Amino acid sequence: MDVKNLNIKDIQNGYMKKDFTVKEVINGYLDSIEKEDEVIGSFINIDRKSAIKKAMTVDEEIKNKEDINGLMGIPIALNDDVCTKDMPTTCGSKMLEDFTSPYDATVVKKLKSAGAIIIGKTNMDEFGLGSTTENSFYKTTKNPWNIKKVPGGSAGGAAAAIAAGFVPLALASDNDGSLRQAASFCGLVGLKPTYGLVSRYGLISPTSSLSQIGIMSKNVEDCALVLEIIQGSDSMDSTSYKAKKNKDYTSKLKNEIRGLKVGIPIESFNENLDPEIKNKIDKIIDILSDMDIIVEKFSMGNLENGLLTHYMIMSAEVSSNLSRYDGIRYGYQTKNFNTMDELMRNSRSEAFGEEIKRRITLGGLILTSKYYDKYYYNAKKLAEEIKRECINTLKFYDLILMPSSPVLPYDIGMEIKKPLDIYRSKLYTVIANITGLPSMSLPCGFSSNGLPIGLELMTDYFNEDKLLNMAYHLRKKLVNTPGLEEL
Amino acid sequence: MKDYETIIGLEVHIELNTNTKLFCSCSTEFGAMANTNVCPICMGMPGTLPVLNEKAIELAVKAGKIFNANINTTSRFDRKNYFYPDSPKGYQITQMDMPICSGGYYDIEMEDGKKRINIDRIHIEEDAGKLIHLKEENISLVDYNRAGIPLIEIVTGSDFRSADEVILFLKDLRAILQYTGISDGKMEEGSLRCDVNISMRAKNSMDLNKKVEIKNLNSFREVYRALIMEEEIQEKLYAESREDEIKEETKRWDETLGENIPMRSKDDEQDYRYFIEGDLLDIHIEEDFIKNISEDIAELPNLRRKRIIKEYNIPIMQVDILMENKIYIDYFEEVVSYGMDSIEAANWITVDILRILKEREITDAIPINPSYLAKLINLIKNGDINRNVGKKILDMMVDINKDPETLVQEMGLIQISDIDELEKVVGKVIVDNPEAVDDYKKGKSKALGYFMGQIMKATKGKANPPKVKKILERKLDEIK
Repeated sequence: MDVKNLNIKDIQNGYMKKDFTVKEVINGYLDSIEKEDEVIGSFINIDRKSAIKKAMTVDEEIKNKEDINGLMGIPIALNDDVCTKDMPTTCGSKMLEDFTSPYDATVVKKLKSAGAIIIGKTNMDEFGLGSTTENSFYKTTKNPWNIKKVPGGSAGGAAAAIAAGFVPLALASDNDGSLRQAASFCGLVGLKPTYGLVSRYGLISPTSSLSQIGIMSKNVEDCALVLEIIQGSDSMDSTSYKAKKNKDYTSKLKNEIRGLKVGIPIESFNENLDPEIKNKIDKIIDILSDMDIIVEKFSMGNLENGLLTHYMIMSAEVSSNLSRYDGIRYGYQTKNFNTMDELMRNSRSEAFGEEIKRRITLGGLILTSKYYDKYYYNAKKLAEEIKRECINTLKFYDLILMPSSPVLPYDIGMEIKKPLDIYRSKLYTVIANITGLPSMSLPCGFSSNGLPIGLELMTDYFNEDKLLNMAYHLRKKLVNTPGLEEL
Repeated sequence: MKDYETIIGLEVHIELNTNTKLFCSCSTEFGAMANTNVCPICMGMPGTLPVLNEKAIELAVKAGKIFNANINTTSRFDRKNYFYPDSPKGYQITQMDMPICSGGYYDIEMEDGKKRINIDRIHIEEDAGKLIHLKEENISLVDYNRAGIPLIEIVTGSDFRSADEVILFLKDLRAILQYTGISDGKMEEGSLRCDVNISMRAKNSMDLNKKVEIKNLNSFREVYRALIMEEEIQEKLYAESREDEIKEETKRWDETLGENIPMRSKDDEQDYRYFIEGDLLDIHIEEDFIKNISEDIAELPNLRRKRIIKEYNIPIMQVDILMENKIYIDYFEEVVSYGMDSIEAANWITVDILRILKEREITDAIPINPSYLAKLINLIKNGDINRNVGKKILDMMVDINKDPETLVQEMGLIQISDIDELEKVVGKVIVDNPEAVDDYKKGKSKALGYFMGQIMKATKGKANPPKVKKILERKLDEIK
């Protein structure tokens, strides 16, 4: 069957009306992956057998049910840094080529118990480091909108898979905008929740303070529903939010948004911003005004500092978070060693890719007592300033709006040549990682050559309901506005 | 001739007495089969995160209070990064900039009065795994059972002036840890390990000269010998004005060679690239929490010793034997609480119970219910059994957990105190041993012992000795 454009509601309605079975739906997705993913390269591993088996179980379960809730019978993909005990978790690295986790990540447990069917693990930049998914050890993923272009990254595999219609949903990590930038490059909705709202237990994250599991989907409603399922405090993650009560996002989606105040940093419109994207954001401002939203420009002095700050902190944390891969307990082990030291050194040298080595070297250096104060300490201080600035701004505005990326999707092959330039595509998204604020990328049209453009919304801590509420109305308005060449 | 003084400071690592590890729920039990007390978290599997064991905070705060330290209401974990197979994550979670306790002191009691030892800080950290090198096979094995066991590190000021002072402090420290339940303090199991740093300077100067650090000392003897050896070397160099030759370096004590072996010089010291542990939140401690812990601290050993001496009227030597292990003194006080004579109780414990523990290599508990020992002492006191039978019963009670009264009944060991019965036995033994009677008459006192032995043999040890002795002497004297 053709499953390409289904969302959660379509699928579950179909189950209820007996239009199709879960098995048929899952088979539909798996077939399209089998036929088309050769070209796109979005998946690293697919577990056809257990997906079908799970589908049949769900079919049995819902046979006599009058109502389906949660994610019953909904296929989902996982970025390959979310641990699953019944499928390998490679992180896009040679280091974990044969690695299967002994446990399921907390989000995986939640998905499974909500009835979701995990169909596979998607390609990513090695350990989440990169902006185009070209740093994967396994394959280069192509942007389904134009296969000469990258899908963004690090979560490019997940974004490409949804854009290509291989799966309606995916979870992925967002370390620097990895999820939101990829969503914007592929014309999807991407949400990075507040740091701590979703448990990180079982996420193999390159950083501890910046990374968060988020959601990619085709529409805002699906995103809200998945967030309801995966959110919540977790005794296995000390940094998870000790929420008294989980929020209900789906029922608030349609709440009134007239009168909300949106701030746009003037610094986001600098000379580096692609004119086509600028043009699109200008149009959005008009549309928002039409929707009785108050839109104002303000100055965010630290916007440009975000990238450097983030790069320092991330590199430092990467150098430590990736230390456990020493070839001793799991993962790649060199055959070329005589001493313990050589075992560790050669395993790492042979299995890590260039970008990882670059970050570990830099991160290790800035943490040495000689450079700590100059780089790491100052970066942390700057991060605090950025946080303060954002929190203050959000006292005046309900939401901050920026482009998701200052550039359109790159040509394949650029990242390898100019890794630092490519990192600039995260100029806006890193702010939410540094501050821990919730942020969302929404599709807002196409460039003249047919590449998706995204806008980013950010709001105060744990205000995902406001974020989703705004996103819902804005998307609805955009879809119904002629001339925006909507999806 | 000594114009120089020795300056010593300590870093003591102490395994906390928790049931589970610092960041996961694995058991901390010592001696389990290699790599059985492990889980994805303490093995550093990808994607796992640490969750702090609150009991460790409790014990660290307790240590802080005992050593008069400030308990920092906010403290933080950091990562100490280094590559070694015993470190499953490639970093150790420890506390660098914001330890849980800072400042503090402890007074050791010297012959010429008290001496104050300053405590710089106490911080919490996780232990590493253990490497086993098989030299012949040319392989190394690693056991992660110890990885993640909670430690506190107590860092003292450089306030010690001799190895003797250090040992005095460490002995007090170990007793305090055991008595307050912070740690079992078993050095032989690595629960208490010591790094020392030692330097010298001209007496009364304030110089800070090059110091040598000696790592991982696992017994008082090692600490003492390592310090004495290093002191001798430095002393000699100073005496010969060759102190320039002292290198700032790290050594380790080699027990078989009896000397300190250089490991690395200060210049080779690796940079541990400390930074904040982002997977854990800061520790916030409430005043109430500190108050509750302070109120919960058990009687400290030095105070308890004083009280025991005052309260029980037993020889100081015995007090010190009993105080050696909290288990002994707790046991003693419990036996006495059943109304037993303290001198009798102390004798039984320091002589017989300790012999049993030694013979059977028991270290963690006394295998006889204290109420049973009390009853046993009572049986002897009442003349129901004699002392020798009592010792047999004591041995029996280790294997058979039964009331001594029951055992005595079951085994038919009630002492024969019936005069008629004893008269008969004594009479028969005298008749059977005419040579011994002769010996006795010749004034050989040994003969009396021989008769006693024969009588005990005939009664299977059940005869009441004082009564037998009386009857025996009377009967022998009656013989012309």
